[in-house]
Amino acid sequence: MTKLNPHTTRRALVLGARSAIAEAIAQRLAQDGWDLVLAARASDSLEPVAADLRLRTDRSIHLLDFDALDMDGHESLAQRVRTEAGEFHLVICVFGHMGDADEERQKTAQMLQTLTTNFTAAAVCLAHIANDFEARGEGGIIGISSVAGDRGRQSNYPYGAAKAGVSVFLQGLRNRLAAKGIHVLTVKPGFVDTPMTQGKEGMFLVASPKRVASDILRAWHKKRDVIYTPWFWRWLLLVIRLVPERIFKRLKL
Amino acid sequence: MKRTVYGWGRQPRLQADVDAPRDLQSVRDVLAQEHVTIARGSGRSYGDAATASRVLSCLSLNHLLAFDESSGILQAQGGITLDEIIRFCLPRGWFLPVTPGTRFPTLAGCVAADVHGKNHHGAGGLSASIEQLEIILADGTMVDCSRRARADLFWATMGGMGLTGIIYAAHVRLQRVQSAFLDNVSVRTSSLAETCRVLRDTQDEFPYSVAWIDTLRQRGRGAGHVMLGSHAAKQDMEQDVGPNLGPDLGPVHRAPRLSVPELPMSLVVGPGLRLFNTCNYRRQWRRRVRSKVHYDPYFYPLDAVAGWNRFYGPHGFLQFQFVVPFVDGEAVISSILERTNRAAPCALAVLKTFGDHPTGPLGFPIPGFTLALDFPRSQAIEDAIHSATDEVIASGGRVYLAKDSVLTKDQLDAMYPRIDEFRHLRQQVDPTQRFRSRQSDRLGLT
Repeated sequence: MTKLNPHTTRRALVLGARSAIAEAIAQRLAQDGWDLVLAARASDSLEPVAADLRLRTDRSIHLLDFDALDMDGHESLAQRVRTEAGEFHLVICVFGHMGDADEERQKTAQMLQTLTTNFTAAAVCLAHIANDFEARGEGGIIGISSVAGDRGRQSNYPYGAAKAGVSVFLQGLRNRLAAKGIHVLTVKPGFVDTPMTQGKEGMFLVASPKRVASDILRAWHKKRDVIYTPWFWRWLLLVIRLVPERIFKRLKL
Repeated sequence: MKRTVYGWGRQPRLQADVDAPRDLQSVRDVLAQEHVTIARGSGRSYGDAATASRVLSCLSLNHLLAFDESSGILQAQGGITLDEIIRFCLPRGWFLPVTPGTRFPTLAGCVAADVHGKNHHGAGGLSASIEQLEIILADGTMVDCSRRARADLFWATMGGMGLTGIIYAAHVRLQRVQSAFLDNVSVRTSSLAETCRVLRDTQDEFPYSVAWIDTLRQRGRGAGHVMLGSHAAKQDMEQDVGPNLGPDLGPVHRAPRLSVPELPMSLVVGPGLRLFNTCNYRRQWRRRVRSKVHYDPYFYPLDAVAGWNRFYGPHGFLQFQFVVPFVDGEAVISSILERTNRAAPCALAVLKTFGDHPTGPLGFPIPGFTLALDFPRSQAIEDAIHSATDEVIASGGRVYLAKDSVLTKDQLDAMYPRIDEFRHLRQQVDPTQRFRSRQSDRLGLT
């Protein structure tokens, strides 16, 4: 990211602002002095989130209607943000979709939704944002991938495959934009604790969205390229990736 | 997918489907499925009030909506915890008007139980400081209610255990404070009679009062410490702490740094409790000690240890809280302590007084003494509590539904005279019985 003049407002665009992780990131950013554009479908319904952020931080919070699956809309997104809210300097791509594994196997629509939302939409959207940043010569990109993208497992490989695509896509973007001083951070969260996952069987080492958000912000300030959050997933995944396929294929994961 | 849900007492446990809506529309979508459900917050009610085969977690509906700096009225979504409210309002010079002994419950949970605090004798329950409620009824419509508009729904919801609808938002009138600290006077007493007398005699003088009593000692059962407090004024704090307090009122609380793991058995056993009680009682040598105490240890001493309920092991614990009128109150308490002591050692006993304030049809407080007793859960103590409840009923008292998991329908009907008023209103707002909990089924509230 180019050095920002501290006297100008810094504004971050959060794509897919409805999720618990997105909200935690928005809170951290607002606390750190960022103005925000929260983009989501039916963004009116995020008014309570915006009201809360305004009360706690006095930052300017703008809600923007945004549908990740509206592929034609992505090209004009940057311009739309600029017109409605003002110039922005950081984009955090959080939207995603975790489908039901059984339904994905049976139904084309479910499979497509998982693949399209998690990979295609993220790629198309970030491609255009990247062009915009490149032309301006400033900006920064944070993309949320997942530990699920590090190795395919029978329980969620469509999601994992899409997230693997996201990781590689971000890698490429980083390579392309590094020379322009535009930083790209890939975030690979493990299990995240939300009201939905409380008391759920088979969840382990869950982290709070708050923890994940603060890890992300710290990594951003340190200009890290790829982070696992919480940190131990890096080593866990290293071990998982090292298991030979001949053995891995027999595991129930 | 099924999750295990249970209350703060850790028993009974139920397998439940959990919905966790993140906005108003999602709440309506859940309700449109026409399942039976019950709103759930932090799971801090002790018994089965927030357990059912399907529960609606309101923890993501936890946003501040508006704050009026001049009147101190805070409008917030119901799923916000008291902890979060304090973090917001204390640095701005405001504090909760009424607080229970933990900061982890949600605002809506506190409304549903119409919680009281150490200041009930003067300030009343939480309901006294609630200006308005926004409730999502079973059919998905949002209703604003207050003392003036839909007063019947307003009062039935205050203490209504979440059975009237989803408490989406509340407008709370906060109180001004000058510091994060309280002036505390601790009075050591040597008998139950003295504890009761000190509590009653100091009502006009101190906004906050509560007594910890030792119920396990042979002689002088009911002796303890009466803690009398008031919010400290700024100039007092500067005298005590020095002028370094600056523009701040003092620090806000921190997250607990200690946590109890799942244990295979209860660590709460008789001999340990007797030792603890004796040490705690003797900790204060003088009869009367003054001190400045931060609000966190003052109001929320147990919150310093996360998951302290796990000390009781897999069988959990139960709390028995009742109120009895001042007349004969001391005698009834004495008799109940006698009875429960035979069944199980009481781990913690807290006594305070209630004043005379309006409540809803299911509101718990009536003027009198209220005693809360914690016990490791066993059949013997459940039986003892059942008999003790009959004693409470005979004296004109009642049991607190937020703590209850063992009351029967007949007992409820005998102790809450306005119960039919509640059932009638429920019939109006939820004719198809969509909001039901294990507790409401047990008590015939639904």
